[in-house]
Amino acid sequence: MEQEPQQLVNAEGASLTVEQAIENLRQTVDTGLRYYAAWWLGRFRVAEPEAVEALVLALEDESDRAPDGGYPLRRNAARALGKLGDRTVVPALIRCLDCADYYVRESAAQALESLGDVRAVSPLRALLDGGVAAAVAVPDKPHLVQPYNAVLEALGTLGATDAIAEITPFLAHEVPQVQNAAARALYQLTGEASYCDRLVQRLQEPNLQLRRSAMMDLGAIGYLPAAQPIAATLAENSLKLIALQGVLQSHLKQSGFPAAALTDEARQVLALMDELL
Amino acid sequence: MVNVIEQANSSVGATLSELIRAVEAADSKGAMVVAVNRLAAAQDAAAIPTLITVLGYNNPGAAVAAVDGLASLGSAAVPALLEQIDGYNYGARAWAIRAVALIGDPRALPVLLDTAKGDFALSVRRAAARGLGTIDWTLLASEQAAAAQREVVEVLTNATVDPEWIVRYAAVAGLHALAPNLIDPEAHRSTILASLLQVFQQDDVPAVQARARLALDSLEAPR
Repeated sequence: MEQEPQQLVNAEGASLTVEQAIENLRQTVDTGLRYYAAWWLGRFRVAEPEAVEALVLALEDESDRAPDGGYPLRRNAARALGKLGDRTVVPALIRCLDCADYYVRESAAQALESLGDVRAVSPLRALLDGGVAAAVAVPDKPHLVQPYNAVLEALGTLGATDAIAEITPFLAHEVPQVQNAAARALYQLTGEASYCDRLVQRLQEPNLQLRRSAMMDLGAIGYLPAAQPIAATLAENSLKLIALQGVLQSHLKQSGFPAAALTDEARQVLALMDELL
Repeated sequence: MVNVIEQANSSVGATLSELIRAVEAADSKGAMVVAVNRLAAAQDAAAIPTLITVLGYNNPGAAVAAVDGLASLGSAAVPALLEQIDGYNYGARAWAIRAVALIGDPRALPVLLDTAKGDFALSVRRAAARGLGTIDWTLLASEQAAAAQREVVEVLTNATVDPEWIVRYAAVAGLHALAPNLIDPEAHRSTILASLLQVFQQDDVPAVQARARLALDSLEAPR
C-alpha cells in the first residue's frame, strides 16, 4: 500500500483548481507539475472528460523518465484513472500491462482491479505465464519480474474463476506477500474460509510488515472471523482500524445496513474498534 | 502473544531498576516489547519516565505496552505525560494522548480539547475525541464539570464533520460515552442526539453511520 503525504498535499491541493490541474497536466515543459497534477486529479476524483482524456494521453508519455528508465508520470496517471470509475480507459490501461516499467504495470493492474471490468481478466492472466517457476526476482531490483500481488488481487476481485488453477500454485511462492495475495484471491473466487485462515495465521508472524499486509488483505476481503485476531495483533491502531473498517463494512453491506438494524456481529466489531481509538 | 506474557510474568523478583535497565539495553524490537511488558507489569510509578520515553521509539508493540502500563498507573502518570506531550514527534504524541485519554483525568481536558479541535495528525485527533468522552467527571466540582462539558459537546459535535472518517467515528464514540454522564442533560442531550442522527443519516462512510446507529440505539433505549 502506498503512503501518501496526505496532509501536506491537501494543504497545497486546495489551491489548485480543476482547470489549472488539467492545464498543468497537458503542458509538457514542467514534468514536476504534470506529475503532481496527475496525482491531484485522482485524489480529488476529477472525472470530467477533459481530465480523463489528459490522463489517458499521459499513459503514453515519453518525456518524464526516471534514472532507472521508468515512467513516473505514467504510473501516476494509471493510479488516478483507477480512482475515476470511467471504464472507457480500460483498453489504454490494458496496454500499460505491457509497459517496460514494472511500476506502470503494477499501477495499471491495480487500476484495472478498481474499475472492475472483466475485459482485463485475460491480459492480467497473461502476466502469470510461466507460473511460479517464472516468478523470480529481477537482479538488483527490489521486485519480481511481474507485479504478482497486484495481478493476483485483481483476478480475485474481478471474479476470474477460470484462473483458479493458475493462481493456486502461488500459495507456495517463496515471497509471503505473494502467498497472501493468492490466498486472498482464492477466497474471493471460491468462498473457502481455509484460505482466509492462512491470512489469519499470518497475524502471528514475528515480522511486522507481514502482519500489516495480512491485516490489510483481510480487511480488503471483509472476512468477519478475522475481526478479533486483527484487533489482537501487534501493529499500529491506525492500520487495525482500517482493516476492521473493511471487515465491518463488508458485513454491513451483506446484512442490509442502514435499512436493517445492526447485527450482533456488527456490534462486536464496533466494540473492537472503540478499544483502538 | 503467549510468549510475551509468560516472559513478562517470569520477571517476578527483578528489581525495578533491573527492569528499566532491560528496556534501555534491549537490542531488537522484539526484545524491547518483552522488556517494556515486564516493566509495565510492575505497576510502579518509578517506571513512568522510562515508559514515556518508549512512546517515541517507533515500535508499536512496545508503545502499546507502555500506554497500557501508563494507563494502569492512572492519575499518577498524568503530570509527567502532560509535561512531555509538547515537542513530541507525532507518533509519540498520539500514544501519549492515547494514554491520558484512557486515564480520563480532567487535568488532560485542555490538551484533549485543543488536540480534538485541530491537530495536524488524524490519529491524534482521533485519540483526543475518544478521550473527551471518557473523562472522569466526578473528579471536578459540578460547576466546573458543567462548563467543561459545554465545551466538550461543542468540540465533539464539530468533530463529527471532520474530513477523516476515523475522527468522525471517534467523535461519535465520544458523544456516546459523554451523554449518560451529563451534568446538565437538558442543555446538551438533545444536541448530542441530533448530531448522532445527522451522522447516521448523512455520513458517507458506513462504519461511521454504524457507530452512530449503535449510539442512538443505546441512548434512546427505554431506561
